[in-house]
Amino acid sequence: MSEDDLEPSRQPPVPGQRRWALGLAAGVAVLLVGAAVSTPVLVAGAVVAVASGLLWLGSAARGSGLAEAGPVEPERRDGPAPGRVASPPTLGRSAFLELSTLGLGGVIGGLVTVPAFAFMIAPAFLKQRESPHDLGPVSDFPEGEFVVATFMGRPEQGEVSRRTAFVRNNGTVDGQPSFTIISNHCAHLGCPVQPNTDLNVPHRQYRDVTLIPLPITPAGFGCPCHGGQYDTEGNRIAGPPVRALDRYSFFVRDRHLYLGAPYSVSHVVGTGATARIYKYPFSFPGEHVDGPESWLYPIQPPH
Amino acid sequence: MAPRGSRYERIMYPIDWLEERSGLVGGIRYFLFRKVPGDTNWFQTLGSATLTAFLVQAVTGVVLAMYYKPDPKEAYPSIVHITNDVWAGWLVRGMHRWGASVFIILMFLHMGRVFLFGAYKYPRELNWIIGVLLLQLGLVEGFTGYLLPWDQTSYWATTVGININGTAPFIGPFLAQFLQGGTYINADTLSRFYSIHMLLVPGAIFALIGLHLYLVVRLGVTSPPWSRHPAGSGPVASPPAPPRTGLTSPAPRGGTAS
Repeated sequence: MSEDDLEPSRQPPVPGQRRWALGLAAGVAVLLVGAAVSTPVLVAGAVVAVASGLLWLGSAARGSGLAEAGPVEPERRDGPAPGRVASPPTLGRSAFLELSTLGLGGVIGGLVTVPAFAFMIAPAFLKQRESPHDLGPVSDFPEGEFVVATFMGRPEQGEVSRRTAFVRNNGTVDGQPSFTIISNHCAHLGCPVQPNTDLNVPHRQYRDVTLIPLPITPAGFGCPCHGGQYDTEGNRIAGPPVRALDRYSFFVRDRHLYLGAPYSVSHVVGTGATARIYKYPFSFPGEHVDGPESWLYPIQPPH
Repeated sequence: MAPRGSRYERIMYPIDWLEERSGLVGGIRYFLFRKVPGDTNWFQTLGSATLTAFLVQAVTGVVLAMYYKPDPKEAYPSIVHITNDVWAGWLVRGMHRWGASVFIILMFLHMGRVFLFGAYKYPRELNWIIGVLLLQLGLVEGFTGYLLPWDQTSYWATTVGININGTAPFIGPFLAQFLQGGTYINADTLSRFYSIHMLLVPGAIFALIGLHLYLVVRLGVTSPPWSRHPAGSGPVASPPAPPRTGLTSPAPRGGTAS
């Protein structure tokens, strides 16, 4: 009587099992990508994962003899054990208990760890909802001048959410207001860029917004960390940044200027109201948004 | 049952009591007095030095956690409080702050010793891999701990560090968003880094150090490259140790020491 007869569960897995395991892994991967990209992809990944998992279980059960029932010997308590050697390789009681203990332990462990792990990594896949921000009356932004506006992206979080934008009123184009609103996050690695001009000027306060009108138009913007330099449209002119400065979308409501969602910019052609802005989805600093390097970042998490 | 017998037996009674019920004393003796090559070198103490540096970080970190508050409004004032008000706070914080650099430097020196001695070769490859994991976790500790003072230097250095992570191909944007718990550094980022710094990563480091030491004991210490002993030779025969009682071979209870 060999080892194999006693413990059918120790037999090598049938090749089908590996295929379904790979299917399960692929399904989970698609599910995670779908969580970032779109709901249909998420659902498709979930379906593939569940189907592969069930088929894996089925093939594992067949491989370990779970599926075929062998002839059941009546239990006998007298005399020597009946001919166990002759019985076909069915799942013995000890193998069944071993499998079910491991399986139950795995299920319980998964029930505990999977939600905790998902909770930990969830922020990487969730959209941050920042509502539009009121920067105050449009009359606070004189035409053709830059105003440094700092505001709290999430007032309930306090100063930690303070962000800075450089706002220039470009007047109106075809009756529509035009603003150039540049984020101060350096496109190299996210340090705060400064206007290259005298900043020792009085500032105004509107709710949580601090407005610093710059009497002298800056020569551009510069980053103190690694020396990146930008022109007044946010185009990179020197240093390590990989693209132009990010911008904020905006709208005017009740003669107040509201900041909307930020977006990334590869470069800007022209100036002011007539500038042509090459827009891209909001990306982290240091990521190329155009050219071959942008192929390194095919999927952006929802921001 | 009151201990009887010689004075030595009475003194050793608690240790013998523990040994009889747990086997721990024998295990510790086995660990401390195991055979190592006769020509081991001072450079081979770098691993113990690294372990000591880590334990200093663990102990001082536990004490600092009693005063530190991982909240954007409280973090910096609590650091000032530790440094200026708490008795010997400046010392404990200084030990943690400078000990962090000592820990990283010692890890690299230890790694260099293992490389130059060829101690990463068969059968110790797995221990090299565990060591590399420990090095990476140590660097994560340095990165996450740097944010905790919550001053301008740490804030902007962490901004740059997170965005460097963000430029990693394919997973970078997700990694950056995972690290700061959102699109920007926010109110949760500090406590997130604090939890990673004092719970998640130290737990993993403790577990991996346990594995690392287990493999060191199991596989033995390597001789230096200039060793005259042939590689793979068996243990050198040593004269039998004189018989003694107590510790690992307790005399029968109530009997007399020979």
